[in-house]
Amino acid sequence: MPPIFFVVAFFSALFLTLSPSSLHAQEKGISAARQGELIHLLKQDCGSCHGLTLEGGLGPPLLPAALSGKPPEWLRDVILDGIPGTAMPPWRPILSEDEVTWLVKSMQQGILDEQ
Amino acid sequence: MSNKKNRHFTLGMVLASSLLMSGCAQLDIGHLRGTGDMGIVIERAAGNALVIETTHHTQLSRVEGLGNLSHASAVYSRDERYAYVFGRDGGLSKVDILRGRLVKRVVQGGNSIGGAISQDGRLIAVSNYKPGGVRVFDAETLELVADIPAVYGDDGERSKVVGLVDAPGQRFVFSLWDAGQTWVVDMHNPTHPKIRKFKDIGKFPYDGLITPDGRYYIAGLFGEDGLALLDLWNLDAGMKRILGGYGRGEQPLPVYKMPHLEGWAAAGDLLFVPAVGRHEVLVIDHKSWQEVGRIPVHGQPVFVMARPDGHQIWVNFAFPNNDTVQVIDVPSQRIVKTLKPGPAVLHMEFTPRGEQVWISVRDKDLVAIYDTETFRQIKTLPADKPSGIFFTSRAHEIGL
Repeated sequence: MPPIFFVVAFFSALFLTLSPSSLHAQEKGISAARQGELIHLLKQDCGSCHGLTLEGGLGPPLLPAALSGKPPEWLRDVILDGIPGTAMPPWRPILSEDEVTWLVKSMQQGILDEQ
Repeated sequence: MSNKKNRHFTLGMVLASSLLMSGCAQLDIGHLRGTGDMGIVIERAAGNALVIETTHHTQLSRVEGLGNLSHASAVYSRDERYAYVFGRDGGLSKVDILRGRLVKRVVQGGNSIGGAISQDGRLIAVSNYKPGGVRVFDAETLELVADIPAVYGDDGERSKVVGLVDAPGQRFVFSLWDAGQTWVVDMHNPTHPKIRKFKDIGKFPYDGLITPDGRYYIAGLFGEDGLALLDLWNLDAGMKRILGGYGRGEQPLPVYKMPHLEGWAAAGDLLFVPAVGRHEVLVIDHKSWQEVGRIPVHGQPVFVMARPDGHQIWVNFAFPNNDTVQVIDVPSQRIVKTLKPGPAVLHMEFTPRGEQVWISVRDKDLVAIYDTETFRQIKTLPADKPSGIFFTSRAHEIGL
């Protein structure tokens, strides 16, 4: 592989990692407007237990460090179905599976860049 | 020559002192006012407190730099000059509302939820999720006076603390979310708190309230249907369960926002509390502590608050029904008004005699002021993602 390709690939990857909007442009099926709503819901409504900046509260922190190593499928199921016997409610009545998958990905990457 | 010098000196003094006096007049006399019609509005995301007044419905100042104020609350010094603001990030801020300035701020814990001021006004207690417990500070200096870790079980685990209130007898009362306990702490000797623990009060107490006379403490339970009641005049009687099984075995709805028990939504002998996971307000007779009614409402109640005269109960709701406020008429126990202030109604606060209510509408970035008699909107004030609203009249209410 010619070195120039490496360089381009490296910078493309860097660009994708650092720029949430370009990353989100890759998402299928969830419009940019809906992504904005989901982030708002994550901060404000998940945030009422997990903290406005997801640093934790009555519920545990949802920051990338806290979620690293947790399987995305498990996180998705927890959000969709809640954890019986705890304060974590099921969000299935409100969010679709695709939306939760996208939220899990966003949380694991960190949403601090987004408003 | 020396006379002339003297004259100049005297003239100078007169000029200087008149300048000084006019300076004083501007600073002190010109702005002299009481604080009884003042309050603060929390801007939760920006970390500010807006100082407002309820006579002309204006913002007087904005105090910045209070940290992360998601789930912030506040209490007032007994002279109604200083607001103590408790932030989610563990910050405790002392705000001079007259000057519109942050006086002092300490970060006392990792993750806090609320606080209380002692009966004598000298101590500020803060309840923390992390590390679980209560810390007590000198109200003057914000220096740490006592640390009360909420340790339970055999392994030294610490519980998140909720429902912290002050009680007569220089006491603080609070509940342990993880442990299902309520603790009564006697602070007569501030550096040596005397703790009395009540265990097995019920599963997951989520908040607590105290009656205006300071006699009863009630913890709401999230993990089961019911409330836990403690008579602070008779601790030996222990904690009693009331309204057990109010859900009648029906599966509760998912709870997207924990309800609050704030103040005493009481009218005559009746107490109004949110039903957890249900679209209902429960009515309790506080002579018998029996349920005497339940009122179907628009959503899951978050705040159920009585107008100071006890004639009306105002209710706001959890996501996704949080654009609505309903008003219950107490004598008929019927909803007499449904208001739509806008998306994400987070808090309500009555003026001391109840003619106005201020409502924070987070997603509209405003505070809406209503006339509680006509339900007409009097005015709106801009505020950046407003949440809690706290008026200075709280300074003289037990438990607030």
